Amino acid sequence: MDIGVLLVYGILGLTVIVSAIGLIVSRNALYSALFLVVNFVAVGLLYLALGAPFIAFAQVTVYAGSIMVLFIFVIMLLGAENLPLTEPLRGQRALGILLVVIFLAEIVLYYLLRTTPLQAIPLTPQSLASPAEIGMILFNRYLLPFEVTAFILLGATIGAIVLSKHEGPTRPKPGIQKPETPVEG
Amino acid sequence: MPMSYYLILSAAMFAIGVLGVILRRNPLVVFMSLELMFNAANLLFVAFSAYHQILDGNLFVFFVMTTAAAEVAVGLALMVAIFRAKHTIDLDEMNMLKG
Repeated sequence: MDIGVLLVYGILGLTVIVSAIGLIVSRNALYSALFLVVNFVAVGLLYLALGAPFIAFAQVTVYAGSIMVLFIFVIMLLGAENLPLTEPLRGQRALGILLVVIFLAEIVLYYLLRTTPLQAIPLTPQSLASPAEIGMILFNRYLLPFEVTAFILLGATIGAIVLSKHEGPTRPKPGIQKPETPVEG
Repeated sequence: MPMSYYLILSAAMFAIGVLGVILRRNPLVVFMSLELMFNAANLLFVAFSAYHQILDGNLFVFFVMTTAAAEVAVGLALMVAIFRAKHTIDLDEMNMLKG
């Protein structure tokens, strides 16, 4: 294989792994969020390389754009507080790493025990995953899931509003007319 | 590029995400690790979609993204509500229902 291609894929893969590790080891939640943005963009580039431009740009706009804005907004709101380093459960870290190693070993075993050999990914023709083609399938074969998704988003919106509505002693009691407060500069 | 490149990358991303969910106690970082795991699954969907030259994998990624967006919105609203009630976001402090 061409050395340039290998270099590009190697750098992309390294970016994905290093940013993922940086996400879970950095103490400050804001740095974690920025590492996640790097990870999303790198994975978006991999989508482009796989011949899925629509998904790639949806990844960058939806994930790296709006979802990360939401995350960073909440981090700013709650104050990126640094939690104490002591672990309440003794040996939790060692046990967690052990379980993840077992999990990875299972995946590798599954890969080694497969019956059909894997071939290289064929080059995707440009017309296959074009936005027009995706729209055709989305509104024909996947029309019902699409509508269900709309209801999920509606439910999430209402849920988020209800959950974050401020209720408590600061709310004015019903019956007491609150005077118009002048807008303070 | 061979398929195993994407398989290895996705497995590594998923394992790092699991590690983050298990080890970190900041719920925001736990949420981000969840997004990392979603991302690993999405990468495999797109890779196998290109492998078999079928478009359905791409569509599934689209639905996963929408569901993840809904989940993040509700989860972050929950986190703000919990922070208002308990004045901390440490996951170990959220043990009110513990018997």
